[in-house]
Amino acid sequence: MAEKVLMKGNEAIAISAIRNGVDGYFGYPITPQSEVMETLMKEKPWETTGMVVLQAESEVSSINMVYGGASCGKKVMTSSSSPGVSLMCEGISYMAGAELPCVIVDVMRGGPGLGTIQPSQGDYNQIVKGGGHGDDHNIVIAPASAQDMYDFVDWGFELAFKYRNPVVILADGVIGQMMEKVEMHPMKPRMTDEEIREKAPWATTGKPSWRNYNIITSLSLDSDIQEEFNRKLHAKYALIEENEVKYSEYMTEDAEYLFTAFGCSSRICEAAVDILRSEGIRAGLLRPITLFPFPHKEIKRLAARMKSMMSIELNFGQMAEDVRLAVEGQCPVGFYGRQGGNIFTPEEVVAEFKKFNNIQ
Amino acid sequence: MKEEIIIAGFGGQGVLSMGKILAYSAIMQDMEVTWMPSYGPEMRGGTANVCVIISDKKIGSPIVTKYDTAIVLNQQSLDKFENAVKPGGLLIYDPSGITREPVRKDIRICRIDAITYAAELGNAKVYNMVVLGAFLKIHPIVKSGNVKKGLEKSIPARYGNLIELNSSAILKGMENVETVNEI
Amino acid sequence: MNIEDIKKPENIVYRKPALLTDNIMHYCPGCSHGTVHKLIAEVIDEMGIQDKTIGISPVGCSVFAYNYIDIDWQEAAHGRAPALATATKRLCPDKYVFTYQGDGDLASIGTAEIIHACSRGENIVVIFINNGIYGMTGGQMAPTTLLGMKTSTTPYGRDAKLNGFPIKITEMLAELDGTAYITRQSVHTAPAARKAKNAIRKAFEYSSKGIGLSFVEIVATCNSGWKLSPVEANRWMEEHMFEKYPPGDIKDILK
Repeated sequence: MAEKVLMKGNEAIAISAIRNGVDGYFGYPITPQSEVMETLMKEKPWETTGMVVLQAESEVSSINMVYGGASCGKKVMTSSSSPGVSLMCEGISYMAGAELPCVIVDVMRGGPGLGTIQPSQGDYNQIVKGGGHGDDHNIVIAPASAQDMYDFVDWGFELAFKYRNPVVILADGVIGQMMEKVEMHPMKPRMTDEEIREKAPWATTGKPSWRNYNIITSLSLDSDIQEEFNRKLHAKYALIEENEVKYSEYMTEDAEYLFTAFGCSSRICEAAVDILRSEGIRAGLLRPITLFPFPHKEIKRLAARMKSMMSIELNFGQMAEDVRLAVEGQCPVGFYGRQGGNIFTPEEVVAEFKKFNNIQ
Repeated sequence: MKEEIIIAGFGGQGVLSMGKILAYSAIMQDMEVTWMPSYGPEMRGGTANVCVIISDKKIGSPIVTKYDTAIVLNQQSLDKFENAVKPGGLLIYDPSGITREPVRKDIRICRIDAITYAAELGNAKVYNMVVLGAFLKIHPIVKSGNVKKGLEKSIPARYGNLIELNSSAILKGMENVETVNEI
Repeated sequence: MNIEDIKKPENIVYRKPALLTDNIMHYCPGCSHGTVHKLIAEVIDEMGIQDKTIGISPVGCSVFAYNYIDIDWQEAAHGRAPALATATKRLCPDKYVFTYQGDGDLASIGTAEIIHACSRGENIVVIFINNGIYGMTGGQMAPTTLLGMKTSTTPYGRDAKLNGFPIKITEMLAELDGTAYITRQSVHTAPAARKAKNAIRKAFEYSSKGIGLSFVEIVATCNSGWKLSPVEANRWMEEHMFEKYPPGDIKDILK
């Protein structure tokens, strides 16, 4: 039986990294995610699995260390929170351009600027629509529990290597700071040099006589070559949209009203659905688990039979725009959110739901 | 069964670790838990609080505004959370931490003079375990065997000698909690 | 002796290093980069470490260094090469890892990365090309541009009040406990190039000893940016650059 441990979401990221054969972590302290590196340093994985853990001089440097490690075909990751992730956006763009696999954990806090250290989902657009300059996409997965934090590290690397693309685990202060029960699966070893050569033949592992030299770069300077590369990237994104959409539904079978929410907001909406159901109102919830790829088709399918929908987010309605695009006008789509590090309660969501739907 | 508990006091009173030991004990009893702290600069010397939810079903929202139980260890926390206890719920307070007594009549109110009992045990650090004992006496939601297991999981192995001391502190709290308002 | 005799293997006295690729270099005639590339290729070949070497190229004229030396390469964002090298070396400790950076890349936008890589004592080699100007973007002022020197962003000469002073980053890095070998060389004459090659070889050898970071500055010319002929540029470098940036070893912890 899997071992059950009480831990914070941030700790789950660190423990999962060690137990899932991650090769390297490079980070810089920032609230509310500093427990990730603190836990790694306390666990000293370099003495057991050989995992490298390094505190860099900045987020700029940590993401570029990730670039260097990923170039060698290693499973490398970093974590930060909103202001730190802004600094990483240069590196994220270069990694998208060089098609490098990696996992980046963003435990979002209130913004803009230095903002607050409390939970927020204000960086949805920043991460889901790109993350850095250029016409590119991160694969974005949104955990809603400490168990998700644990499980998404391994899933993230699987996606990252499958598509040679950065993967962002887009969490928030609630998911990072909250302790929950986590079931730990058996340990996975780190990849051997042999496995890396097989899985990542493109990596800079040292040029042997029998192959051409490998170059990791995002530069081309020739517009036609660059355009061809952009097309190749977008074909890859189309494939990801085809294969990797993940979402969960709660009480949608007979629902007349649908909430959409991701991350910690989806937990609060679940409780709101329970309250509404107890009053005889047939509400349900769709939680996108992948934010890119976004569950457009599933939302469109459900929207066809809804009286209305409402997107509930810790921002001013960034995902709501994607929901409206998916709904294609089939039903009204409302929005309710809190900002700045404040969090709505289930009762508050219920009240706003009733206001929007004119239910007394 | 679902119990929503807020534990609040000054940073340094062991509020967060009390919540953690309670949550771990519940896991040892195969229950679902969430432990959601207030975090950040307000923790340093200011007020600290943690919301622990224990349930036999999967827990939806970890954020709640009404609690089955409020454990308050200073005046600010009493002011903030007395009215957040659900009617029929429970309030536990430490009389030496407050200047104004709680006034609700529709909830059960208990007091535990934890500083005195911790001093009797010769270690002020077990203050929070005395308080935990008081709570578990009134609401025995976790069996004492599982509390012991929760302690073992929460306390690093090198401090294994502290488990006995913590257990006696819990017992002390159980023996000495006083009810000051029955519903 | 006719041309065919000259080309016979037994008569060859000099050839292109085996590890230089056949790609035509994009560098301007007279530029120092080509010479430094050649020296690095020779060192890697002579040490027999082609399959163990990973190069990290910068942003700047030498962004395309990866086209010219037949080893695995990573191309870094501007200034970030030491961060890439840090992770590469730590994750692959049996490899030889070097960065190749210009003065804009290393001494301006990448100061944090180089200082902290040095401070941590990363076991890497850094080749630092200092020609006092941004070459690739068209001759703008660099952090190492001399006072009075004209560039496209200091058209009346660098003025300390307006533009600040030139930075002697190599001397600064020598102060850091994590550095093992710090030297300043040039490649404008055959003897100088031979000395530079020895320095590069020593840096690579040191990087496998686990004693800290090795740093080779090459004071170089940019005759296009300086708007001088290659010969004039060499002379100008000797007369002006060497005064501020004198060649020679600055630190060697094994001596």
